[in-house]
Amino acid sequence: MEFSHFLSALTPLNFALALFGVVAGTVIGSIPGLTATMALAILVPITFSMEPASALILLGAIYTGAIYGGAYAAILLNTPGTPSAIATTFDGYPMAKRGDGDLAVALACFASVFGGLVGAIALLFLAPPLSQVALAFGPIEYFWLSVFGLSLIASLSSGNLMKGLVGGAFGMILSTVGVAEISADIRLTFGSQTLIGGFGVVGALIGLYCVPVLIDLVAVPDRHLKVEEGVKTVRIGEAFALAMRSKFNLIRSSIIGTLVGILPGAGGSVAGLVAYSEAKRTAKQDQKFGEGEPNGIMATESANSATVGGGFIPTLVLGIPGTPPDAIVLGALLVQGVRTGPAMFTQSGSIVFTFIYGLIIATVLMLPAGLLIGRYAYKSIVTVPKAVLVPTVGFMTIIGTFAIRNSVSDVIIMLCLGVFGWVVARFGFAASPIVLGLILGPIAEQGFVQGWTIGAATNNLFGMFFGRPISQGILLFTLITLILPPVVKWQKSRRYEEADQ
Amino acid sequence: MLRRTLLKTTAAAALALTFGVQAHAELNGPVNYIIPFGPGGESDISARLQQPFFAEKFGQEMVVSYQPGGGGAVGWASLNGLNGDGQTIMGVNLPHIIIKPAQKDVGFTTESLNTFYMFHFTPDAIVVPANSPYQTLADLVNDAKANPGQVTMSGSGKASANHLAQIKFDKMTGALTTYVPFKGTGASVTALLGNQVKAQWGYTTVGAKQGDAVRMLAVAMEERHPLFPDVPTFKELGYDMVGGAYRGIALPNTASAETTAMWSDMIGQINADPAFRQKMLDGGFAMLDISAADMPAFMADRVAEYLKDAREAGLIK
Repeated sequence: MEFSHFLSALTPLNFALALFGVVAGTVIGSIPGLTATMALAILVPITFSMEPASALILLGAIYTGAIYGGAYAAILLNTPGTPSAIATTFDGYPMAKRGDGDLAVALACFASVFGGLVGAIALLFLAPPLSQVALAFGPIEYFWLSVFGLSLIASLSSGNLMKGLVGGAFGMILSTVGVAEISADIRLTFGSQTLIGGFGVVGALIGLYCVPVLIDLVAVPDRHLKVEEGVKTVRIGEAFALAMRSKFNLIRSSIIGTLVGILPGAGGSVAGLVAYSEAKRTAKQDQKFGEGEPNGIMATESANSATVGGGFIPTLVLGIPGTPPDAIVLGALLVQGVRTGPAMFTQSGSIVFTFIYGLIIATVLMLPAGLLIGRYAYKSIVTVPKAVLVPTVGFMTIIGTFAIRNSVSDVIIMLCLGVFGWVVARFGFAASPIVLGLILGPIAEQGFVQGWTIGAATNNLFGMFFGRPISQGILLFTLITLILPPVVKWQKSRRYEEADQ
Repeated sequence: MLRRTLLKTTAAAALALTFGVQAHAELNGPVNYIIPFGPGGESDISARLQQPFFAEKFGQEMVVSYQPGGGGAVGWASLNGLNGDGQTIMGVNLPHIIIKPAQKDVGFTTESLNTFYMFHFTPDAIVVPANSPYQTLADLVNDAKANPGQVTMSGSGKASANHLAQIKFDKMTGALTTYVPFKGTGASVTALLGNQVKAQWGYTTVGAKQGDAVRMLAVAMEERHPLFPDVPTFKELGYDMVGGAYRGIALPNTASAETTAMWSDMIGQINADPAFRQKMLDGGFAMLDISAADMPAFMADRVAEYLKDAREAGLIK
């Protein structure tokens, strides 16, 4: 952890790699369907000829950039560019619609840099002790975590709980289609080869979020996003002031992101959702989450960026990849001949610490790079006429979905889900609960089956599900999330009634 | 009529001649190497290890991409629809490509895959955490016999190499353990290190990666793995268990015999490189050299054994 590692991360080559990685990652992440995993997989051979630390810096920078880039499409097109940015759409798109898209993009950049730094600093100073978090989470903890995530549906669908729950349940059913991950059963395919691969999360995101937006763009004559005429100033200052006012939200969300990132079974999407839900639960009176509240964007973006550093903790300390991109980094290290796992921090310390400093540098570089690219992205989406925007984005959705695993089935499924999503949206069913069910369904199912198997084998089913301290903690939070909103509402209505009398 | 037949024959002969001349297959640009799983697993790692050797020996890049889904079935079902010009290859895994089609119609059959080389296998191994009370395999077996079902063992998936090994071993010892399936070896190791289960049905690669954090009680090899001279084989301990998960590569079945032979030769050359073998052994893998010519006999043996095991275990009808 000496200063010399910081200096070796600052060599011109490493600095250039960090900058290139962040820029490339941001651009790739902003395109729905092109994920960080894919970008890393393609670029790994380039790193073979590099020093291990430089290779890691390049890969880490791309990863960081891609997670931030996912926010652009979420804010400007209501389509998460990566699964991590799902909760960014909740407030990002409403902000963009009312003409605050540039502010939202700048906020996302500040929050991402902040979250990324918190995650990287945790990796630098606390990696060995924090890696134990990954091991403390057993099947049952994942089960309860996903239940907690699903409870978010209650707070997301204000006033429409039934429809939210129906959507969530539908998403969970969709998640069971295809070959089951752990039991290897083939379920609900109705003999069709198209469905055997199941409903992929990225394809479903593109279908459920992007296609309805495209249909609406064509169906209404208005401009895509409202633009304030005459406003030419960059709104960085305003964004910075807002971010400063929400210090507490940023810190809390970044810590949530780091911790969730350490869990190999969760990831950026869960981190963003949990942080969003916490920000919403502790919201002040005047904050209207879901209608363009800046704190919603900041919570999600700081949390999902923090998962980058958090995810590297089990990857480097335990040799267990925290997220799919981490798995690729792990493979690249192995080819380089670097022994990962418990011995890495002691035996290959200089590589590890040079990399961590490189990651910090890349995250800091994301501030100017991200703001610049963000402004450009905003301008082009706003100024491009609809006749160009719709076919371009439509083309990207198909290419992006196909590129996930070169599968035509995925494109068909994406388009069908898109039309389906647009139709049910007319009846008040939102896309988010369906996607939540789709993402959390498998985590819940696997955790439940494994927990039940272990509990039944050791004759301790009740203790397994309710007797473990971490489970009890998550369960408590779930109950608070579920019970608090109705109670607050009831109190409010009583107050109004009293005022009326 | 006769003239037309003659013409046709001449045309056919001419065609055959042209193809005969072109029969010498060669690579034409970068090669697409599809792994039908996500990144980070044993299939991915071994492909990544091949990557630099391939570029060095044959002057073309090997681009690894992932096509996960259906436990590999999505990839294998699509393989024969891809171009058979030798620019696209796909990883194949045993027992997956034998068990899956035997369970249900998954869009491919074992015989339909043009598997041209089996280049390594990861031997089955029983792994326990470093602080486990089980010092030897006998400790674990005795505990499982004294407390039927109480010894929980994690593994990757159901009807998988790990699962088949568990069923087979239980039958051999007469003990009863509980198998807990996880999503991939990574998740199964995490459960082991977190003491969520008492032991793991894993591979020698787990021992290589986790080092001092775990202890392997036995490995399913003919002889001890060079990386772990202190870990006994099941055979030494009196259990006739040799095997694991085998990995190879296949071409679309439209590929010509020449292309198939060329690929079998190329992968064989990489496998023969001492530096590559050393990297594989350091990673805990065990080498295997089944070329295209030996494949039919090898596959027939494996099919017979896996189907018998799976049928006895009630995994297939």
